[in-house]
Amino acid sequence: MIAGLGLLVGIVLGLLLRPEVPLWLEPYLPIAVVAALDAVFGALRAFLDGIFDDKVFVVSFVSNVLIAALIVYLGDKLGVGGQLSTGVIVVLGIRIFSNVAAIRRHIFHA
Amino acid sequence: MSDQNSSPGRDRLLHALRRPGRGQVAAGVLLAVVGFAGVVQVQSTEQNDDYEGLREEDLVQLLNSLSAASQRAENEITQLEQTRSSLRNDTDSRQAALEQAQQQADVLGILAGTLPAVGPGIEVTVKDPGGKVGIDQMLNGIEELRDSGAEAIEINDAARVVAQTALEDGDTGIVVDGKPLAPPYTLEVIGEPKTLTEALNFTGGFVADVEGPLVGGEVTIEQKKELEVATLSDAAQPEYADPLDTE
Repeated sequence: MIAGLGLLVGIVLGLLLRPEVPLWLEPYLPIAVVAALDAVFGALRAFLDGIFDDKVFVVSFVSNVLIAALIVYLGDKLGVGGQLSTGVIVVLGIRIFSNVAAIRRHIFHA
Repeated sequence: MSDQNSSPGRDRLLHALRRPGRGQVAAGVLLAVVGFAGVVQVQSTEQNDDYEGLREEDLVQLLNSLSAASQRAENEITQLEQTRSSLRNDTDSRQAALEQAQQQADVLGILAGTLPAVGPGIEVTVKDPGGKVGIDQMLNGIEELRDSGAEAIEINDAARVVAQTALEDGDTGIVVDGKPLAPPYTLEVIGEPKTLTEALNFTGGFVADVEGPLVGGEVTIEQKKELEVATLSDAAQPEYADPLDTE
C-alpha cells in the first residue's frame, strides 16, 4: 500500500515539478531508471516468494543503479558508451522479463 | 497449493495491501524515486529534440554534415552572386546600348527632319519684290548654309530642308517638297550663328546674289541665341535602298 502510494507520489511530483535534467546526469538517467525498475521487479518477486527484506531491497536498488551508471560511464570513457548502454539495457530487460514471468506465475498461477 | 485457490504469494500481497508494515516505507521511498526519475526522463526525452542528450561521436557526425551543408550553401551563394553580377553587367551594357541608340536616333531624327530641333542659329528673311528669287538662289544659299555646318533648316515655318528635299520653281514662288511657298521667305537655320552669317555674306555669295541688280531682292540676317525648327518632314521608308551590311 505504502509502496504503491510512494510510486504515485513520485510520478505526481515529477509531473508537477518538471525539473531539468542536469547535463552530467543526462546519459545515465535512462539506464539508472531501467536498473531501478529491475530492482523493483526483483523485489516484488522476492516479496511474493516470501523472502522480501527491505534492507536487501534498498541495497540492491542502490547498487543496481550505481553499477548501471558506472558501466555506462566506463563505456563512455572507453569509447563504447553506446554499445555498453545497449548491453546493459538488454541484460536488465531480460532480468525484468524473467522476474515478471515469476510474478505472473505467483499471481495468476500461469 | 492444495485446496486453497490462493497461493501464499498472493496472500502476502493482499495482506501487504491491506495492512502495510513498517518495511514498506523504504520500498515506498524507493518507488517514489523510480517514479520521479522515470517521469523526468520521459519528459526530457519528449522535449529534448535538440542536441543535449547526444554522444560525442554523434555530435561530431552532426557537425560534419552541418558543415558540409553550410559549404554547399556557401557555394550556392557564390554562384548566385556571380549570376547576379553578370545579370547586372548585362543590364548595364543594355542600358548603355539603349542610351547610345537613343542618342543616335536623336541625331538621325534631327538630320532626317523627323524631330523638332532647338538651338542657336540665324533667321534669314529674303524679300522678293521683283518676284525673281528662284531655286537657283535658294539652292545656292542652302548649299552654303550646309557647307558651314547648318544642322536644321526650315523655310517659312512650313518646309523642313533635309537630304531628300526637292526644290522647284512654282507660279508664285518656290515649291519645296511639293509645298508652294510665297515670298518673303524666312529661313530658320540652326548652327553656329557667326559662321552661318559669314557663309551667306561673302563676296559673290547668297546675299550678293539676291541683292544684286539681276534679282533685286533684300536679305536680312538675324543672329539668334535660340530658335526653334518645329516643322517635321515625313521620313520616307526607303523602297529600293537596303542598308549594306558592312560587318
